[in-house]
Amino acid sequence: MTPWMERSSFIGRWSLRMGMALLAVVMLFPFVYVLAVSLSSPQDVSNSLIIFPSHASLAAFNWVLTQTNAVQGLEVSAFLVIVGTAINMLMTITMAYGLSRSDVPGSKIILWLVLLTLLIAPTIITKYLVVRQLHLIDTIWSLILPGAIAPFNLIVLRQFFLGIPRELIESAELDGAGEFRILWHIVLPLSKASLAVIALFYAVAQWNNFFDAVLFINSPQLEPIALVLREIVLQGNVSQNNLTASEFMPPSLAVQMAVVVIATIPILVVYPFLQKYFTKGVLTGSIKG
Amino acid sequence: MTERFAFPSTVGEERHVTTIDAPPGQMRTSSIPPDRRPARRSVLRRMRRRRWVYLLLLPGSLYFLAFYYLPLLGNVSAFQDYSPYLSFFRSPWIGLDNFVAVFSDPNTWIVVRNTLEINLLQIVFAFPAGIILALLLNALPGQHFKRFMQSTLYLPHFLGWVIIISIWQQIFGGDGFISHLVAGLGGKPVDLISNPALFQPMVVLQVMWKESGWSTIMFLAAITSIDLSLYEAAAIDGAGKWQRMWHVTLPGIRSIIILLLILRLGNVLTIGFEQIFLLRPGFTTDVAEVVDTFVYSRGILSGQWGFAAAVALLKAAIGALLIFVSNRMAKKFGEEGLY
Repeated sequence: MTPWMERSSFIGRWSLRMGMALLAVVMLFPFVYVLAVSLSSPQDVSNSLIIFPSHASLAAFNWVLTQTNAVQGLEVSAFLVIVGTAINMLMTITMAYGLSRSDVPGSKIILWLVLLTLLIAPTIITKYLVVRQLHLIDTIWSLILPGAIAPFNLIVLRQFFLGIPRELIESAELDGAGEFRILWHIVLPLSKASLAVIALFYAVAQWNNFFDAVLFINSPQLEPIALVLREIVLQGNVSQNNLTASEFMPPSLAVQMAVVVIATIPILVVYPFLQKYFTKGVLTGSIKG
Repeated sequence: MTERFAFPSTVGEERHVTTIDAPPGQMRTSSIPPDRRPARRSVLRRMRRRRWVYLLLLPGSLYFLAFYYLPLLGNVSAFQDYSPYLSFFRSPWIGLDNFVAVFSDPNTWIVVRNTLEINLLQIVFAFPAGIILALLLNALPGQHFKRFMQSTLYLPHFLGWVIIISIWQQIFGGDGFISHLVAGLGGKPVDLISNPALFQPMVVLQVMWKESGWSTIMFLAAITSIDLSLYEAAAIDGAGKWQRMWHVTLPGIRSIIILLLILRLGNVLTIGFEQIFLLRPGFTTDVAEVVDTFVYSRGILSGQWGFAAAVALLKAAIGALLIFVSNRMAKKFGEEGLY
């Protein structure tokens, strides 16, 4: 604390803290409430306002996993996260490395073509027409290939690769290492933190994939969890088998919120890792709008 | 062989372990005779030397061609009576008819009005929210509490719109928390979600809830890069806390604010598609259709491909023009601008 930084007044400090604490409640309460509703049983819902369900039960979760197509949605999304992110990383790493190499005739042109895409993104219509033309409509690949590289991540990673000392790479070249060996044994081990952040961002994006699925997917069995979530919560289709009248059915609100909880958990699980990296400043200046 | 490349993971130590005797700076020149330096080689020889790099560049380049540059050709459908069954080659050319249809369709203007209204609200309320929040976070004493607040505020950014809107439904909907609370206090249940008059404020509030925290990252980064001696000098000159904020902090983050505003202006016809798409059911076009959802419904749902492509093309052109104009203006006022 430098001398000119006088402590703010007691009231000033505490009103700021209280204001922030209130804001934290505004941010977190909805999650608590959603969880409470998802755990509620019929007795609770008739009491209407639930903050702590008196008869907490997991019936709604059981229902979601057995009577709706949530499991199939989770499977599709898990596939997207695993295979999609792997493809994202493979494509982004190879191209970022290629663009980071010096003395490659023509690579400047490729770099400019990449930078230009930040300004001229395809429109909904042209994107759809291309995916259609490639016969990818209603295939899982329509959810993976059109977004295989996020130009922004590519540029960030290339920038990072450029920061690796040249001498390191050049001496390896003199020892007879080829491009793949340099990439695998020198560049990648030095970029672990950046790679982790980019992979996490890709994985989160894959999990949240909704827009592409709305555009390209028609078959119910290819719907990712986001689409299933919309059907159950926003369109109110709480039962796959039209068993709505069943007396064993948990309250439909509980069922709906249970899907929300299920779809949110994976993000909450990776969130601390994301947090760890971006507080370290790995992504400084690389925030997507 | 593998061992030779097992360099230590810390970059700084590299010089001490390289197996080559020459100092790093001389390695390149000493191993390649001067007349065969990269710059003098013929392009073909250089390309041959880097052939594996091209192989690495190939998949990515094909990707950008297929999904960014090939779609550009799709814009010709704006000048055609396009039908996917006839494709670009056999669809009849109709000149500017699609554009005439766009301008004479009353819905176009409703949709543009809705889009501009929502974006105006975003710029007036959501945009400054991030700045204010960043200033507050910066003023917050205590590292732990600050960390906690940041973690809390960034979280919704990582959740998809389907989750966000489902949660809002549960808080503000007819069967939601607020409604039950009001009913519990003796009032009538309220549904704040399906009220057309509240559509736009809800859209903006959702964006604020989801993104304000995340948008502080850039402002906070700018604030921490302000030279501390500026604050000191201001304090010596007798500036109080508020004056320092006004005369040091805000000018310090002015260029990032202007940069983001330029980008914002270029996107004035864009509103998060997913959000509106999810909120739209139950509302009329008059209230809840924006340019992007309009393109989607006309093109992909109703099959008016040429019409939709024309709207999308106009939107892209106006966006580019706005970025250009606002960048010019920023430069005129002595700012750095975008390019």
